[in-house]
Amino acid sequence: MTTHRHGYFGEFGGQFMPETLMNAIIELEEAYETYKNDPDFIKELEDLHVSYTGRPSLLYFAAQMTKDLGGAKIYLKREDLNHTGSHKLNNVLGQMLLAKRMGKTRVIAETGAGQHGVATATVAALMGMECEIFMGQEDCERQALNVYRMELLGAKVHPVTSGTGTLKDAVSETMREWTNRMADTHYVLGSVMGAHPFPMMVRDFQSIISREAREQILEKEGKLPAVVLACVGGGSNAIGMFYHFIPDAGVQLIGCEAAGKGIDTEEHAATMTKGTIGIFHGMKSYFCQNSYGQIAPVFSISAGLDYPGIGPEHAYLHDSGRAQYVPITDDEAVDAFEYLSRMEGIIPAIESAHAVAHAMRLAPTLSPDESIIICLSGRGDKDVAAMARYRGVNLHE
Amino acid sequence: MNKITIAQAFTKKAFIPFITAGDQGITTTEKYIRIMAKAGASLIEIGIPFSDPVAEGPVIQAASERALSTGVTTDDIFEMVQRLRTGDDALTIPLVFMTYLNPIYVYGVESFMTRCEEVGIQGVIVPDCPLEEKQELSHQAKAHGVSVISLIAPTSEQRIEEIASQAEGFVYCVSSLGVTGMRSDIKTDIASIVQQIRQYTDIPVAVGFGISTPEQAKTMASLSDGAIVGSAIVKQIGEWGATGEEELYNYVRSMVEAVGK
Repeated sequence: MTTHRHGYFGEFGGQFMPETLMNAIIELEEAYETYKNDPDFIKELEDLHVSYTGRPSLLYFAAQMTKDLGGAKIYLKREDLNHTGSHKLNNVLGQMLLAKRMGKTRVIAETGAGQHGVATATVAALMGMECEIFMGQEDCERQALNVYRMELLGAKVHPVTSGTGTLKDAVSETMREWTNRMADTHYVLGSVMGAHPFPMMVRDFQSIISREAREQILEKEGKLPAVVLACVGGGSNAIGMFYHFIPDAGVQLIGCEAAGKGIDTEEHAATMTKGTIGIFHGMKSYFCQNSYGQIAPVFSISAGLDYPGIGPEHAYLHDSGRAQYVPITDDEAVDAFEYLSRMEGIIPAIESAHAVAHAMRLAPTLSPDESIIICLSGRGDKDVAAMARYRGVNLHE
Repeated sequence: MNKITIAQAFTKKAFIPFITAGDQGITTTEKYIRIMAKAGASLIEIGIPFSDPVAEGPVIQAASERALSTGVTTDDIFEMVQRLRTGDDALTIPLVFMTYLNPIYVYGVESFMTRCEEVGIQGVIVPDCPLEEKQELSHQAKAHGVSVISLIAPTSEQRIEEIASQAEGFVYCVSSLGVTGMRSDIKTDIASIVQQIRQYTDIPVAVGFGISTPEQAKTMASLSDGAIVGSAIVKQIGEWGATGEEELYNYVRSMVEAVGK
């Protein structure tokens, strides 16, 4: 393996945080280094995965889709079947157990679509911790049900009106809140982004996805898949889906990013395709930005992919050529959302539908003795009303 | 002309105002900087607005948005500084930029520091660049005679020694937890932090975050070498618009007099 400078993946990553937070970041890094190898910590987390989340998640063979597309066998890694309906719980359980051991009694988190906020509020309820969630004003409106869900779970939800009122602003506002109060408060960052140790720690907690999937596919197929696919915003389900396949050089890793209305328009969130290297939200990575380093407004039908940056390990996998990243438009994602619903009776999150869309293009080009695994990162119930509106049906929650 | 240094700002207790460049238009910024210098500011911090200023409270966030909505760019701001430094009424007090790492990194650190030297900027304050990542800036900054100002926070504790012993220009002592913005009460034991900093460096220490009144400025300057005021000025500029010349002069004058007492 390549050796990396402390907190870096190649030239990406780092700890670009205000001085006020540096001791909190170092405290977190030290706690994580201590507990990640602690047998009691590992056991408690594994037990929760089984008894609370419902792991291992299924590796489902999508027979109808495979037959219809006529090529590689398609498997879905069913993170949508986790408690709370997405992969987000994998990371939240790990971070919250860590926060408890660090003596924290309060957690704060950002959320885009609300999946991470719901997961955080859920575990806060389970563990008896105080919880405050920051969510962009626009996202609060488009995901009103999730706002109520978080409140039902006992969390306080703060709508964020600064900037563009979306995920990026929710992250900024949660960081600001953390600088106010860190002695009793842990920031449960929801993706593989931000300052070290977050990208590494969140990856470790999400890597259970590929740990299971690699064993499951070997059991079912007797060989590794040709391709592994996942959607990428910040990139947590993707890195979790990729991680244990990284050493398998024959497995192609593909991240599907949000191209919104198209990469030739201004309205997209295609960080790898259109972004340039910058330093923001604690990390050096790729960002959608202008030539003066002002972060660009981004757009996607999917609130969870509507972020102008990407985790630093993805930037490294991209530049080293180990993974590829492809843009998927809103139209393609919505088509895939409907396709999977009708073909397999599985309604995917609109985020995950971006990966499904690429599988639909790719499968026919591969031979039937090869396989593709798609990370189905979340379920689509939250998106049904928005999809109806996209198709011109005047439906509101 | 003698070389302008940050040290010259601290021959007496310093009053250091901040202004967001481009707020109310770049020509207003230029005019207001001259007024603050005339009113006795020791050093002026010029904010290069950033789209997502994570260390700022609502007042400076709003000013950054106002500034960027005028289309102001980093190049426009360099040109404004060049105008401030030329002619018969050229400013002779030190000027520093306050901005985030991304506008500097994307401009190109070498190009940025080269332009700082050309136009007469003595230092940069970059709140998202902690000691651990200072090498992003330090080599090019040093090559062009630009000080990278270090921040020390109430939470810095055992980090104070390493930060202070490498500090250049002056040390920016952050008075409170949280982001920039006015506070009615500053609870941190500033005297004790300043005392710790002084164990490791001889360069001046100025206190910022939360200061708005002459009384607060006087107290903070008496515990250190100077007081920094940002949000209180930026908020008033938001109210005055482009025609607050007299009000700005009077406010800065009252602060200068308060810290000098």
